[in-house]
Amino acid sequence: MRKLLLLTTVILVGLVFIARLFYLQVYDNSAYNIFEDIAIKKEYNYPKRGYVYDRNGQLLVANQPSYDVMVIPREVTPLDSLEINEFCNLLKITREDYDKKLKKATNYSPRLPSPFVPQLSKKDYAVLQEKMRKFEGFYIQKRSLRSYQTTIGANVLGDIGEVNRSIIEKQPYYKLGDLIGNQGVEKTYEDVLRGVKGIKFIQKDRFNKNIGPYKEGIYDTLPKPGKDITITIDAELQAYGELLMKHKRGGIVAIDPNNGEILAMVTGPSYNPNDLVGRNRSKNYTKLHYDTIAKPLYDRGLLAQYAPGSPFKVMNALIGLQEGVVDVNDTYTCRMGYYYGSRKLTGCHHHSNPTNMNWGISQSCNGYFVNVYRKIIDKYDDAGEGMNVWANHAKSFGLGNFLNNDLSVGRKGRIPDGDYYDRAYGDNRWGSTYIVSNAIGQGEVETTPIQLANMTAAIANRGYYYTPHIIKNIEGDTIPKKYTTPKYTTIDKENFEPVVQGMFDVYNYGTAVHLKVPGIDICGKTGTAENFIKIDSVKTQLTDHSIFVAFAPKDNPKIAIAIFVENGYWGGRFAGKMASLMIEKYINGNITRTDLEDWILTHSLENEYKKPYSGEPFQINRGSQLQVIDNYAVELPDTSDLKL
Amino acid sequence: MLRANQRHFKFDWITIILFLLLVGFGFLNILSASHIGEITSYFDTDQLYGKHMMFIGLTLVLIVLILSVEAKFYEQFASVIYVVAMLALVGLFIFGKEVNGARSWYGIGSMTIQPSEFAKFATALAVARYMSDLQTNMQTIKDQIRVAAIIFTPALLILLQNDAGSTIVYLSFFFVFYREGLQQVYLTIALSLIILAVIGLKFGILITAIVVAVIIFTFYFSRKKKRGALIQHITVLVACVLFSYGVKLFYDHALQPHQQNRISLWLRLEKDPAKLERMKKVEAYNLIQSEHAISSGGLKGKGFLQGTRTTGKFVPEQHTDYIFSTVGEEWGFMGTSFVVLLFVMLIIRILYLAEAQKSQFSRVYGYGVASILFVHFTINIGMVMGLIPTIGIPLPFFSYGGSGLWGFTILLFIFVKLDSNKINEW
Repeated sequence: MRKLLLLTTVILVGLVFIARLFYLQVYDNSAYNIFEDIAIKKEYNYPKRGYVYDRNGQLLVANQPSYDVMVIPREVTPLDSLEINEFCNLLKITREDYDKKLKKATNYSPRLPSPFVPQLSKKDYAVLQEKMRKFEGFYIQKRSLRSYQTTIGANVLGDIGEVNRSIIEKQPYYKLGDLIGNQGVEKTYEDVLRGVKGIKFIQKDRFNKNIGPYKEGIYDTLPKPGKDITITIDAELQAYGELLMKHKRGGIVAIDPNNGEILAMVTGPSYNPNDLVGRNRSKNYTKLHYDTIAKPLYDRGLLAQYAPGSPFKVMNALIGLQEGVVDVNDTYTCRMGYYYGSRKLTGCHHHSNPTNMNWGISQSCNGYFVNVYRKIIDKYDDAGEGMNVWANHAKSFGLGNFLNNDLSVGRKGRIPDGDYYDRAYGDNRWGSTYIVSNAIGQGEVETTPIQLANMTAAIANRGYYYTPHIIKNIEGDTIPKKYTTPKYTTIDKENFEPVVQGMFDVYNYGTAVHLKVPGIDICGKTGTAENFIKIDSVKTQLTDHSIFVAFAPKDNPKIAIAIFVENGYWGGRFAGKMASLMIEKYINGNITRTDLEDWILTHSLENEYKKPYSGEPFQINRGSQLQVIDNYAVELPDTSDLKL
Repeated sequence: MLRANQRHFKFDWITIILFLLLVGFGFLNILSASHIGEITSYFDTDQLYGKHMMFIGLTLVLIVLILSVEAKFYEQFASVIYVVAMLALVGLFIFGKEVNGARSWYGIGSMTIQPSEFAKFATALAVARYMSDLQTNMQTIKDQIRVAAIIFTPALLILLQNDAGSTIVYLSFFFVFYREGLQQVYLTIALSLIILAVIGLKFGILITAIVVAVIIFTFYFSRKKKRGALIQHITVLVACVLFSYGVKLFYDHALQPHQQNRISLWLRLEKDPAKLERMKKVEAYNLIQSEHAISSGGLKGKGFLQGTRTTGKFVPEQHTDYIFSTVGEEWGFMGTSFVVLLFVMLIIRILYLAEAQKSQFSRVYGYGVASILFVHFTINIGMVMGLIPTIGIPLPFFSYGGSGLWGFTILLFIFVKLDSNKINEW
């Protein structure tokens, strides 16, 4: 027995050691991560970010160098207060800032680099560079910032900003201080524009001195430059749209029906993209972000989900024809509204009677479309089934769902179906008379401007559309096939002609007769949508939204457009004028309807937007007063930089 | 023919191969841990690995010398060797050179020699000599005191030179005494005291007292004859409590601050997070760097000369006491388990050979060799992996250093010589 004590102890210790080693080396650490090895310094080399051009080759976004002062807190040698003051003066920060920033960086990680003072100007950099050696633990990281060659298209182009921690956790490519696309094409084409940064692994000793490349640099990589992209936006049209949208809130989306390319995507109010570059970025971004009333960062062309109003009537006309429940020549009488028995379900404005389809569209008759809509729903024994058929037709135009395209934001909109009303009213406890508001684009139907523009493009094409997209060309690459494949609606081609004619007649003798542009056959449809907000939890009606959709020319259309102006009252008042101007600008390049242009540029809705926040009672629609800008020319941006 | 062949190759070749593997693999790791800049020649004596190569060369000469001396010499001159070694230790107080706070070196020109490394084999020889005497009986108190004096003389001298790590090594002779007949009760008491000390430090006196009381009274009430035994049990309880209180006093007042910190880190006694953070950066820096280096090696390691922490010299003393972390980083689990296996095999081989000895002197000496190697191996690797508190002693045959390498080589090869001589003994 005595012989065995040491023997068993030796074997036991051997087993414990091997178990512990297995735990330390194999179980606990199956993958050695070079990025977490403090003995290896990682030096990044940032590639050039790709440029952005408009459809005509105009350069919109380029780069400018930027210099970030970075800090590795662990390596900062203690400085005396004179040295700190000198350093602070060079960086133009206060002593308190210095302590605060250093503490923040230490809290993040004492051994990983954090940005200390981002985005120095070139001048500051030149002065600082000379003295940098004195301040150990600090170094200058060169990066590339955006340089906007234009003042327009902030919502389209987007911006780049520092990554936050949640991004770093999800995408390990990014390190603290790296830049990433934040909105617009910068966000959706981040991977293309960004390129791939190069990395050098440098072996350090424990005094943090470089002692040469790690493994002779076999893991080092060169930066891969980002690719340039061309976007579908027409910079001139975009600039013009933004000019028209001044002093208004709303969105404009213009699409080329031939290929789904987005020609212009305007939101109002917007901002100058240069505001989000450089050291003022964070201040300006905060200001934009917290403007919760005007919401300049909210892309109304993509996100403003409202009742479409009358433009949706053409959808009901198309569905009615397709379902065979109405003939072009069927007439209905509208007695200033639609009556169910003695109950008036919906009102209408004054126009002559009886109404056929052409007259219904051009005069925007509510009564006519309630008749058509009820016939569609009631064609089927079950209202739910009727609603489903109706919804499927509408959805085939890209409504009621995400467009699934390359824009950074979007909303689904809403096309209600049978289930929707079963949930709202109870199973089968409703009928067509409950939901007649859908006939005129009010009620439960909701769309975004880009969806309306796309619907208009599908009508212009007489039955198909291409998914609206913003990418035209990627350097050395092709654009995804889904943007070049047409999507067909459920409506037969021949059913479009009477509807297109009706929209054409909107300009000939309908609601947009005064908006005609000489030499261009425009088809359009006005819209006016009621809207409400809550003021101190009281539902309050505001002045109607002004809505307009149009395409032109009538044959071989080149542009389809949807415009929506918040609280602009009726469709022809703001949106219609702007549509005519945009179409003329795009097709002819110059403006002959300067009367419309003058009117739009001189009329502001700012007063209208202030009303709900004034705290005083106010009047809407007929009772509202338009604000006229006297000296508008002063307000206009220098248009010389809008063109090439 | 076979017989002649056996005679011709009379040294135990398994031991020698294990020894050579350890020294050779050790050199590769010292090379990795100590090289600065490019390696031009393995014999470049400006660099530490070059010096170690020289030590290895001298070691081979030393081995030839040891093996060519008559085996009887070691038994006959054991006492003389012991006395010389003790005088060398005493001489340090007068002529010694202080390095890192320990007065353990003689300086001869640019060379330094550490006599404590040689005192180990001398003590092992003396112990073997005394215990193999026919008069000696390990069951008697008299002989127990005398062998204790043999081992505690060098231990005390080394402790006074401020090298607490090497002192602990002399406790390894406990295994030898136990093998040669020391009563079971010592083992029980020693184990109980270690457990008591650890529990007392970790959980405090009160909990220790409660635990001990529960154990002792459970034992008492399960006995059938209770008469008179109660007083004894209470005495044991009081003794245990006093002991753990004594350990606490010792920890608080007798230990130096760095020793307190090592134990505090090991038992995780520090609760103040700020102080703990500071300790991690200062006192535990070595340990944390070495653990990280080992775990970063993974299964297969980063490759020879490719360890990032090794190349960056992140682990201080990596070529000496922390050499095992180089193995861990560059050779991975394959390398570390290989080294552990080499040591386990070597120690078991020595034990096997020791048991086969005919003379008691050789057997006791062999046991001494195995015990010393075992304690070094356990403490060094255990420390580098954080299993036991930091105690600075080298890994035999592996760590950088001439004195260490020669001390262990002499220790081992005297036994190889003794073993080769067993056919001549009756």
